[in-house]
Amino acid sequence: MANIPEDNRYAKSHEYIHVEGDMATIGITDYAQKELGDVVFVELPQVGAQLDAGDELGSIESVKAVSELFAPVTCEVVEVNESLVDKPELVNTDPYGDGWMIKVKISNVEEPDDLMSAEEYEEYVEKESGK
Amino acid sequence: MADTPSNHPLKKTPLNAVGRELGGKMVDFGGWELPVQYSGILDEHEAVRTRVGVFDVSHMGEVTVRGRQASELLQKTTCNDVSKLDNGKAHYTGLLYPTAGFVDDILIYRKSTDDYFIVVNASNTDKDYEWFADCAKGMDVEVRNVSPDYAQLAVQGPEAQKVLQPMTEVDLGAIKYYRFSQGRVLGAPAIVSRTGYTGEDGFEVYLSPEHAPQLMRKLVESGVKPCGLGARDTLRLEAKMALYGNDIDDSTTPIEADLAWIVKFDKGDFMGRDVLEREKSEGPRRKLVGFEMIDRGIARHGYPVVDGSKEIGGVTSGTHSPTLKKSIGLAYLPLDKSAQGSEFTVLIRGKEARARVVPTPFYKRAK
Repeated sequence: MANIPEDNRYAKSHEYIHVEGDMATIGITDYAQKELGDVVFVELPQVGAQLDAGDELGSIESVKAVSELFAPVTCEVVEVNESLVDKPELVNTDPYGDGWMIKVKISNVEEPDDLMSAEEYEEYVEKESGK
Repeated sequence: MADTPSNHPLKKTPLNAVGRELGGKMVDFGGWELPVQYSGILDEHEAVRTRVGVFDVSHMGEVTVRGRQASELLQKTTCNDVSKLDNGKAHYTGLLYPTAGFVDDILIYRKSTDDYFIVVNASNTDKDYEWFADCAKGMDVEVRNVSPDYAQLAVQGPEAQKVLQPMTEVDLGAIKYYRFSQGRVLGAPAIVSRTGYTGEDGFEVYLSPEHAPQLMRKLVESGVKPCGLGARDTLRLEAKMALYGNDIDDSTTPIEADLAWIVKFDKGDFMGRDVLEREKSEGPRRKLVGFEMIDRGIARHGYPVVDGSKEIGGVTSGTHSPTLKKSIGLAYLPLDKSAQGSEFTVLIRGKEARARVVPTPFYKRAK
C-alpha cells in the first residue's frame, strides 16, 4: 500500500504539501511515484516564481510517461531541489524526504486546509485505483 | 495516469494469473490486460541487457498458411523473399497493401515448403488473417488464425540459453539466429526460435496455453526476471526495432521506415512493388531516423517536428534510454533533413527543444 503521512495535505493531482507556518514543502505522493514508475527527469520552476493554485509548476518524466505538476496552493517558490537534476530517482525512493521538489512561501496560510487530509486522500486513491 | 475506459472486458493471456502472482502491474494494452512492469522498467531492462528476463507475449497472433501455393501467397503479399527461407528458418518482413503501406510487420517461419507459421501483432491479428484469406481466394492454400492455440514466452538476455536449456530436449546451441526448432519444453510440444524484440540474444517459445504457466513459473524460479511491456518498449527502441502503430502503419512504407533491407526486388512481383521501386530510385518523401535530444526532455510519440512555424515531421517513439542514459527516439523527417548529424526542433508540449539525427541502432550487443 502507498505511504500517506498524516502531517501533509494532498491535492487531487497527487501533490503533497507539508506546511510549517507560512512555509511549505511540495512534492508528489508515494502513490503517484508508484504509478509513474522510474522517474528519469524532473523539470521545476525558477526560484522566485509566483504560482497560483492550480498553475502548472513543472513536469515529471518517467520512462513510460510524462506527468504535469500543479501548485496545490498560491505561493512563491523559494527553493528548488537541485539534487533531482542528477538523481531524479530520489522521487521514487524517498518522495516525502530527499525527493521533495520545491519549497514555497504560502500566500494565504489557510489555503492548505482546502486540500485533502491523509484520510481523505487515502479514500480518493482507493477510488481512483479501483481497489 | 488516467485509466482508459473500455466498453469491452479486457482479454487475458494464459499467463495473466501468473503475472499477477509475480506482482505485475496490469494495464490495458490494445484491449489486452498485460503487465507494464514488475520490479520497475529500469531494473527489468538492465536484467535483460546483462542477465536474462522473461516476457509474456501471448497476446501476439499466430496465423498458419499451408498448401501447394503457400509460398506463392506469401511472395505476393510480403516484401521479403520467402524463397530464401529453408525449413527451420524465419525472417522479418512486411505484409503490404498495394500502396506499399504496412498491413503489419510480421515474422514468417518456414516449417516446410507448403507449411508456414506466421507471427503477427496482437492488434492486427484479425486484419492480417482476413487480408491473407482475401488474397488467397482462388489459390490452393489454407489460411488459419491459430492464435488461441498458442501462448508465447520471450526469454531474452545473454543468459537465455543457459537458463532455458535444462527445461528442454531441444539443443538450443544448435539453433542459430532467426532459426527455430520444434520439440518439447517441460514436456510440452513447442516451437523454439532464436528471435526476439530486445536486441539481445534470446529465444521465443510458442506452446499451448495450458503449458505456459508452469514454464513461466519455472523460469522465474530459476532466477529469470519477469519483465513487462515497459521494458519491452525501451529494449526494442534501443535496438531500433519498429513498433506497429507507432513507427509504422498503413500510411508508411518499408523504404520510408528505413527497412529497405526487407524489400527484395529480385524476387518477382509483389504488392506495393511499383511504389517501392519509385521510392528507391527517386528517394522517399520522408525517412524514419534515430535521434538524441540535445536539450533536456523526452520527445514522445506524436510530438511534432517543426521548422519555424511549419510542421515538417513527427516523433513516432521516444524514451529515456536506460542503457545509454540519454533521451532517444525515432522520427519521420523530410529526406533532405534526415542526414546523420542534422539537427532539428521538436515541440515538447509546446516548447521547442533541439535534437540531432544519430546512427542506429542506438544499442548493439557485443557479439
